[in-house]
Amino acid sequence: MRDKRLTFKKRLHILKHRYRDKKMAPAFNAFHTFLYAPNETTHSGSHVRAADDLKRTMNTVIMALIPVLLFSMFNAGYQHYAAIDAANGISRELSLFGNFLTWDNFWIGIVHVLPLVIVSYGVGLLIEFIFAVIKGHEVEEGYLVTGMLVPLIVPIDTPLWMLAVAVAFGVVIGKEVFGGTGMNILNPALTIRAFLFFAYPTWMSGDKVWVQGAVERAGGPDAISGETILGYLAQNNASEFEYSVSDMFFGFIPGSVGETSAFLILLGGLFLIFSKIASWRIMVSAVIGALVMGLIFNGVVDAGWIGESSKFYGLMSFEFWKHLIVGGLAFGIVYMATDPVTGSQTNRGKWFYGFFIGFISVMIRVFNPAYPEGVFLAILLMNVFAPTIDHYVVRGNVNRRLKRFKNATVHPKTTEGEGAKLQVETV
Amino acid sequence: MALLSKKDTSLILDPLADNNPITIQVLGICSALAITAELKASIVMAISVLFVMGLGNVVIALMRNVIPSKIRIIVQLIVVASLVIIVDQVLKAFAYELSKTLSVFVGLIITNCIIMGRFEAFALGNGPYRSFLDGVGNAAGYGVILILVGFFRELLGSGTLLGIPVLGDPIAKTGLYSIGYENNGFMLLSPMALIVVGIIIWVQRSRNRALIEEN
Repeated sequence: MRDKRLTFKKRLHILKHRYRDKKMAPAFNAFHTFLYAPNETTHSGSHVRAADDLKRTMNTVIMALIPVLLFSMFNAGYQHYAAIDAANGISRELSLFGNFLTWDNFWIGIVHVLPLVIVSYGVGLLIEFIFAVIKGHEVEEGYLVTGMLVPLIVPIDTPLWMLAVAVAFGVVIGKEVFGGTGMNILNPALTIRAFLFFAYPTWMSGDKVWVQGAVERAGGPDAISGETILGYLAQNNASEFEYSVSDMFFGFIPGSVGETSAFLILLGGLFLIFSKIASWRIMVSAVIGALVMGLIFNGVVDAGWIGESSKFYGLMSFEFWKHLIVGGLAFGIVYMATDPVTGSQTNRGKWFYGFFIGFISVMIRVFNPAYPEGVFLAILLMNVFAPTIDHYVVRGNVNRRLKRFKNATVHPKTTEGEGAKLQVETV
Repeated sequence: MALLSKKDTSLILDPLADNNPITIQVLGICSALAITAELKASIVMAISVLFVMGLGNVVIALMRNVIPSKIRIIVQLIVVASLVIIVDQVLKAFAYELSKTLSVFVGLIITNCIIMGRFEAFALGNGPYRSFLDGVGNAAGYGVILILVGFFRELLGSGTLLGIPVLGDPIAKTGLYSIGYENNGFMLLSPMALIVVGIIIWVQRSRNRALIEEN
């Protein structure tokens, strides 16, 4: 008979001790660490007491994601009902408290977004636990953020088994084969997104998947459209959507679950910058990169090199700054590009890394209508190049210092022989 | 085993597992990635390589004492090229559709690193009988991996095996498809072949830890 007075914490503690040095130990340790502060201290050597461990870092990012998640639940329902109204020819005025923040909308979100979150965490953490037990190391907290990002970057009607397969693939191939959290070269959440995109393209692109219910109603008498703004633009149908700039900015538009609200993403980004979790250099440079590419395309249109009949006209003539508030660019820049593991480590490198993410994202968007969303490809590409960028930044720094050193060695105080000797050593 | 001595048996069996040309020596990867989207193509490729390698090894072994070492690579290329042309013509005559699928990769058997590797490493220093066994063994090791990769890629990518639907009809929604299963299009792309080969290597090395290289 268990003592009822034992708290959950105490019981977990007892379990943890009972399984110490056993195979299952990492699993109990992980639960304990996740729910409570670790009670172990290093026994030898001097150590710094700091509260910003990996768990806190991850939790901060999740806190920045919570508003996006809640908004996405309301937006899921709103887009669903708006699409039905549009199909029936009823015009709909958005009012925040009238028809957006309603229980009906939220219910659609709960029924369709929450299962995505649960599957993402369930499958991902299960695999993390299995690997931790097999390899005999502690469960890392890295998946906490990935598991929250994944449901936010997929279309709302993604079948759950597909998500489960993709998460299993992403965690094993994208992360565990490299050695787990902190060792991966590609962002696991984006690996999962890329797997879904290439494996099941009909569920990840097109004009059906972005609004809840559009897939199952397709072809029927009550068919609704689930096209995104970028989708309209890619078909040169810019006149067909009626979203205002404020709709785009605040996120009352169809799209992947959590990517729509640039406003909340901006707030989350500011929160991450001020809590010093994410790099502002990457965010700023990525925004600059996207704006530069957008300006170039606008310039091409203004110069008259591209006619209205061109298939690129719709996206090229899209005002450059609007690229930031439609599609997943904002979400990718704030939550994905800033991943400290897969991004550039050096400050100078971060500028290049971020700039090219923005630059290439907009380029893919415009040039390949089959991929109206190029953000995930751009970030994965730059993930691969991040170590190269860092290498050249460090190399450049070494060369600069060598040069300074060389100049210093011809200082009159040093004899020529010594200078030459030092120089040889460094080369 | 009376037919083959123990040493000769190992010539055939070693390349199948613990000295596999693809998973251990990591040779001949390009064709393994390019043509394994269909099981049929993998099997034909495996047979073609088996033919070229078995005969090629014998021919080189017979000529090994008369080939001047300075031009041996050219001689090897001529031998393998002649054999590949035979394979190519046979495929074109009897399996035209398939030879279209395999396209340039039949011709590229000439540059398959496994074949040149076995000529150099084995046939130039051993008699024709043992060279034949070695060629067959290595080609079989290559073929096993090809067929394994082809099996998974075709099954998961198209839901068929040798062109026969085994998981049901994806358009009429029968079999597995009736409960919402869908083919994995990624499996048909070459990157996934690399990942499947990687997983095979992973499984093999975790089953036999002696194969893990020191780094």
